Amino acid sequence: MLLIPCPYCGPRSEEEFSYGNEAHIPRPKQPDKLDDAEWAEYVFMRSNTKGVFLERWMHAQGCRRWFNVARDTVSYEILAVYEIGAPRPELELRRDV
Amino acid sequence: MVEAYLRQSALAHLGLEGRGAGARGAAGVAMSERPHRGIVNLRLDPGNAEAMAALKAAFGFALPAAANTSAGNTDTIALWLGPDEWWLVVPGPEPEAGPALAEKLRAALSGHFAAVTEVGESRTCIRVAGPRARALLQKGCPLDFHPRAFVAGACAQSILAKAAVTFHLFADESAAQAGAEGPVFDVYVARSFAEYLWAWLEDAGAEYDVAVVA
Ligand SMILES: [Zn+2]
Repeated sequence: MLLIPCPYCGPRSEEEFSYGNEAHIPRPKQPDKLDDAEWAEYVFMRSNTKGVFLERWMHAQGCRRWFNVARDTVSYEILAVYEIGAPRPELELRRDV
Repeated sequence: MVEAYLRQSALAHLGLEGRGAGARGAAGVAMSERPHRGIVNLRLDPGNAEAMAALKAAFGFALPAAANTSAGNTDTIALWLGPDEWWLVVPGPEPEAGPALAEKLRAALSGHFAAVTEVGESRTCIRVAGPRARALLQKGCPLDFHPRAFVAGACAQSILAKAAVTFHLFADESAAQAGAEGPVFDVYVARSFAEYLWAWLEDAGAEYDVAVVA
């Protein structure tokens, strides 16, 4: 069970959260100009990172806010949490995992 | 709003008043329903100093700014729900409390960007008190209910036995009005979950002995 530090409520159990997959995927500015391959890229394709992954979580049973989490997908260690719209955090990338 | 003469609490069919012992006695937990509270959900940017000041003038206390805290007086309680979201609660069962509270908020916030939504009819409140209240709630919730972690005035939205609830520690062990009676939690729950949650609490509390009080 992860202990996720909600940027608003503080550390809470994973049970209270729902997962929103990869962060920093901007919605197309002109959706009507996209062809099928570009739509597929936007809707379906994710990086499936081994290591530090930037992902979205929502505090569904708490403050109901979305926020971003930097999590190591190997160790499950949470390295940073930051608000939606904030820039990517500068992280020391671990190379031993 | 519901006509007052049609109004039934979410747990009315359990006949709790008929079981009510009046006092906790030797039981480790005392439970009661505190129905029909006026509850208004408020969305407002806390950076709007003018609106925050207007609310302070109207209610006599400032909205709590810190996460998981509450503020208030005997008439109204404000619970922090999120960085721009609060509940205002009138703890009494007066049937007009919710609309009057919403009206008071709308008047104070006139001209400001805010949302005032009455939600009291969708909830009921189960009061869980007594020296084993913390142990009982801890069985079904991942929050830390230790007296050092969850102090008087603390509030939190979380889950209790999988039901979405809002906790408010009305008074803790150190409070004069609680004294030896132990901590007093108000557990707000959607009325459709109320019977389930009451049954779960009674079952989980059996080992501490649960008294139904008035
Ligand atoms: Zn939160």
